[in-house]
Amino acid sequence: MRDFDYVRPATISEALVAAAEPGSAYLAGGTNLLDLMKGGVTSPERIVDITRLPELNRIETLDDGGLRIGALVRNADLAHDPAFAKAYPAVAEALLSGASAQLRNAATAGGNLLQRTRCSYFYDTASACNRREPGSGCSALGGENRLHAILGWSDACIATHPSDFCVPLVALDAVVEIEGKQGRRHVTLEEFHRLPGDTPQRETVLEPGELIVAIRLPAEAASFAAHARYLKMRERTSYAFAVVSAAAALTVRDGKIRAARLALGGVAAKPWRARAAEAVLLGADADEAAFVRAADAALADASPPGDNAFKIELARRIVVRTLMSALAGTPALMPALPASPFSSLPGVRHDA
Amino acid sequence: MTTTLPISLTVNGHHHELEVDPRVTLLDLLREQLELTGTKKGCDRGQCGACTVLVDGKRINSCLALAVSHDGAEVLTIEGVAHGEELHPVQAAFIAHDGFQCGFCTPGQIMSTIGLIAEGQAGADPERIREGLSGNICRCAAYSGIVEAVLEAQQQLARTDRRTAA
Repeated sequence: MRDFDYVRPATISEALVAAAEPGSAYLAGGTNLLDLMKGGVTSPERIVDITRLPELNRIETLDDGGLRIGALVRNADLAHDPAFAKAYPAVAEALLSGASAQLRNAATAGGNLLQRTRCSYFYDTASACNRREPGSGCSALGGENRLHAILGWSDACIATHPSDFCVPLVALDAVVEIEGKQGRRHVTLEEFHRLPGDTPQRETVLEPGELIVAIRLPAEAASFAAHARYLKMRERTSYAFAVVSAAAALTVRDGKIRAARLALGGVAAKPWRARAAEAVLLGADADEAAFVRAADAALADASPPGDNAFKIELARRIVVRTLMSALAGTPALMPALPASPFSSLPGVRHDA
Repeated sequence: MTTTLPISLTVNGHHHELEVDPRVTLLDLLREQLELTGTKKGCDRGQCGACTVLVDGKRINSCLALAVSHDGAEVLTIEGVAHGEELHPVQAAFIAHDGFQCGFCTPGQIMSTIGLIAEGQAGADPERIREGLSGNICRCAAYSGIVEAVLEAQQQLARTDRRTAA
């Protein structure tokens, strides 16, 4: 690991001043940043340790019925908060399907949004990667790319965003609260991550030195609690990133879909809100035929940059399966294997 | 030019005032500076769980933690779980159920199990125990013994709790 300066500000304003220096990086849980630093993928000159900013550590209900999740709330604390898990079950399930218990105890809500792609060429400093080193090319194009993007990719980059947490969040209209030298601003999570285009190194709309201070969920997000699921197809059942995942949330009355939210993970450089599919679902009969039409709409623009055409059909099936699960209702108990398609009945062993 | 920074840590009940290079992980501090080599370095990238310790009561990967960032923390390692010659119930259960073969991952498995039981999310469901310990890899594949050990240790600790409460 390259040498760096270390500062530990006590307030947000001190943190912003410290991080205004070029080459600075904020440190929170460190579960991704330290890994990248050990591999030489990133080499900050200055680490601004924000773990002691007490006001970022809270989960608060807002006056308008929304929820504000402090950027430093740990993944495990959020997922196991009983009120949170009850109101936003798909978000809790997504959190618990990610990483390991040790990592969830350290990783933070804000850091989850900023985790870097798991593309192996991004991690391998001997490979060309426009995201790591702009203009160097993309070794994933023409390389091992069966797990790469099927939506929103460009010739410059075909990497995916690895977050589970972000998938139900983007479906539920989450908003990112950002603090910078110019003050505080709010950006929807849907707009927060950028597609690669010609500048894959610019992954989010954050300006240098800006800090995520919270994530907000609007009041409406809790209205889906009875019919909200997250499903995640992995190459092994646990402790793996998504090949394809989906979050679905429904409001159903008299057999008709009155409100629908759908987002996909593992398919693009950002958590992918499937608005065209939501439009198909709205007002439709709540049945498998409508879900198949929605899946077709969600993947209508998908194309494989390499050996990953299978992900398009896989994503269609995961969308249908997730919508069926949401329609069946949120399980009373968190499944033993959160988000696993092999654990459809809560409490029943998948290998029984 | 690297400068060291002063930090304080309580490790297994002992208070330490230390000078550390900011690049040093909690894992390397424990092993190299405090000579507590029970905590193992496996992958050093947060993938294997061999370095699991409890920090302020919660299990984390000490390889992905900067020591300076944990200034003031309370750390529990495998060296601190027994009471003198009396093994911790999780240690005893791992021996009773052959929850290991080569033993390299075992300190991490045991610290992760202590964390898992404290979290109280798995109960007596073997599936939830396996999922809860999926961050600890055992290349000898002693997993079935590990799950049996966790189940027994959990019952043992619950009995102790009831006695303490009575």
